[in-house]
Amino acid sequence: MTASREGTSEVMATTLPPPVQHEEEKRERPYDGGGGFRNLVPANGDRRVVADPKGEPTRTGIWVALAAIAMTFAALSSALFVREGSSSSDWHHIVLPRILFFNTAALVASSIALEMARHRVAAFMRGQAPKRSAAMLWLNGTMLLGLVFVAGQYMAWLQLRAQGLYLPTNPNSSFFYLFTGVHVIHVLGGLGGLTRVMVLFSGRFGWRLRRSTLDATSYYWHFMGALWIYLLFLLWLKL
Amino acid sequence: MPEQAVHVHQAPTGFIRKYVFSLDHKIIGLQYYALAFVAVFTGMVLSWLMRIHLVWPNAPIPGLGLLSKTGAPGGIVTPEYYLQLMTMHGTLMVFFVLTNAPFAAFGNYFLPIQIGAEDMAFPRFNMMSFWTTFIAFCVLVSAFFVGDGPPLSGWTAYAPLSAVGGDPGPGQAVGQTLWGLSIFIFCIASLLGSLNFIATTLDLRTKGMTLSRMPIVSWAWFITSCIALLAFAVLLPACLLLILDRVAGTSFFVPSGLNISDHMQPHQGGSPLLWQHLFWFFGHPEVYIAILPAIGIVSHILICNMRKDMLSHKVLVYCMMAIGFLSYMVWGHHMFLSGMNPFSALVFSFPTLVITIPATIMTLIWLGSLYGSNLRINSASLFCLGFISMFVSGGVSGFFLAQPSIDIYLHATYFVVGHFHMVMGVAAIMGVFAGTYFWFPKMTGRMMNETLGKWHFFLTFIGTYAIFMPFHYLGLAGNVRRYSAFTDDYLVPLVPVHKFITFAALFTGAAQLIFIFNLFYSRFKGAPAPANPWECTSLEWSTPSSPPPFDNFGGKHPVVYHDPYQYGVKSSTGDYLMQTSPEQAGQTP
Repeated sequence: MTASREGTSEVMATTLPPPVQHEEEKRERPYDGGGGFRNLVPANGDRRVVADPKGEPTRTGIWVALAAIAMTFAALSSALFVREGSSSSDWHHIVLPRILFFNTAALVASSIALEMARHRVAAFMRGQAPKRSAAMLWLNGTMLLGLVFVAGQYMAWLQLRAQGLYLPTNPNSSFFYLFTGVHVIHVLGGLGGLTRVMVLFSGRFGWRLRRSTLDATSYYWHFMGALWIYLLFLLWLKL
Repeated sequence: MPEQAVHVHQAPTGFIRKYVFSLDHKIIGLQYYALAFVAVFTGMVLSWLMRIHLVWPNAPIPGLGLLSKTGAPGGIVTPEYYLQLMTMHGTLMVFFVLTNAPFAAFGNYFLPIQIGAEDMAFPRFNMMSFWTTFIAFCVLVSAFFVGDGPPLSGWTAYAPLSAVGGDPGPGQAVGQTLWGLSIFIFCIASLLGSLNFIATTLDLRTKGMTLSRMPIVSWAWFITSCIALLAFAVLLPACLLLILDRVAGTSFFVPSGLNISDHMQPHQGGSPLLWQHLFWFFGHPEVYIAILPAIGIVSHILICNMRKDMLSHKVLVYCMMAIGFLSYMVWGHHMFLSGMNPFSALVFSFPTLVITIPATIMTLIWLGSLYGSNLRINSASLFCLGFISMFVSGGVSGFFLAQPSIDIYLHATYFVVGHFHMVMGVAAIMGVFAGTYFWFPKMTGRMMNETLGKWHFFLTFIGTYAIFMPFHYLGLAGNVRRYSAFTDDYLVPLVPVHKFITFAALFTGAAQLIFIFNLFYSRFKGAPAPANPWECTSLEWSTPSSPPPFDNFGGKHPVVYHDPYQYGVKSSTGDYLMQTSPEQAGQTP
């Protein structure tokens, strides 16, 4: 978080550059982003400066969204525990497809790639890197690894199907498809966000990538990976 | 003006962009209000049908036969159709009225204005959340028109009745699946809305608007959105599991060996209790999602009409936080009769009693502040008093129900129906009425008719007590709820009470016509409203026009200098000081 605040003023984009007379005031009292319990609107009630931090709610919003997503998976996890406790006779353990571990590696790698991309993007925004291409390469890498993960999960489903384990076969297979399915929807959301970042970053049509958009997308992405490791552990332990 | 140029979105001009797919939080608030308005009158008509059927079980209701040939052949409601009407009444009222009207409708309209923002943090999400809610509403209402009609498992959709797929009987076919789908969609909409409210409150407050300077009602919306975020995030997967049980043949909720309508169900080993846990983990916070905004609205309006701050409006805010926090620990008190371990019942009983403490503190603050104050009597403040009365009357019966031993007797009776209708239903609706009378001048630029408003209040107040007080008596007499007719021996003597309630319900419903007339008449013919008709201090009354311009403050962001409720002070405006006024308050006159 702290590191990402550097250079905020360069990255923050408005549709028009802010008027000169407010630059001083901004330096005097830098915008304190990231939500929190402070009065966040920086200026003397003038919209020109107020318009500047627009997009910061993205940063707050993503934490709020992650809280809701975490809650959803907490509910599903507790459903698993209750269901297991309610009837042990039909609880048939399944062997997790090996490919899940490969997928996990892909997802972890994608998080690393995204961090690399984030540094490249920041370098470009600060003017330290002349071209977008290095950052774009890492963003593409992240995207590719994300797609590999989704494809890998699909392979896992096919392997389960080959064993005759369908969604309604037994509670274990139900929960397997449920958790992996809902998580894949979560990943598809991340891929959508990443696509948006790439389109904005490409600079076409005069679009600008806000730092907060990139940050929010990356928080979402890393959360997705951490959540998957938890889910994998849960599936390995319980199913 | 360069200020206009930086504006993120300009006021739209086309009809569709301006009134239909609008990004403006004010229009979206009105859209939510309109949706709640349609839902509440649909729900009310359903309750009339139920009440009429209860006391005249064999009387045909004209036209009803057309709606459902099997459910109401010749207009005579079958027992199943009675339950289907009840389910739709509950679902419409709880989700589309009590969640939408005080929270989404007023919150969308006034939260950004009260904190000095020009819009919500994510206007597109805001638009999406309304239209998603609208789709959820359409999906739910479409259940009336499918084979076997709407679901009959109640607004709580208890499994396994709700979770068995196929077509085991009336009200258990497509209608139930549509119910699950509708609530699933509604959850998504509510999550988007809550996210927006939280980000807006935390990030878009104007200069000087610290959290402690936010009006109570903004606090209420903020706390409610925090509750809703976590509650709907649990109902969402619960609905997913329900739908999977119904359409994909999984067995999350359906136990082994279940025989319905002479058909052995193929499901195995599911846990009906699991649904109840997931549902009530959402369901109890939902009660506070309905009531906290009303608490906020009522406190805000009362302070303005008392011309003094509450004894401590900050304590009120802390109480709301405490209620929000505790609301997650009490869900099991809905399940004392579910076959859950009796020790769990004891564990859930304790926080349930604890949660009455902040509720009682709030009531005492209201009463203590009202005592000796020069309350300005108008329709809005009368509805506030009505709210407090309902909240207390309905809340007191909660003490009884919180005891597992007493609840065993009362739970499946009309006592519970009376309890939640008063404390959650009518009280929240009173808050919505109060908010409507109070904010109507701001929303339309015209005043509502006070005489009609007062008639509306007194008839509604008397009417709702006449309906719901006897419910408690019926419950104590052992009258079981969800029966569609009372022909059994010990219930027959209670039928006159039911007749009284039915007359009261028809009467109270008819009294709402006054409100509808007042609403539409005042919208077009009402007296023009002054800028600040109630002499209120909060930011919504400092907008340059009524209704406020597209960006709320006409190209400026207001600066806030004061706590929200500076009443009973000397200032150039009179006995109050606007939050935006740079003046210092003189000594109390």
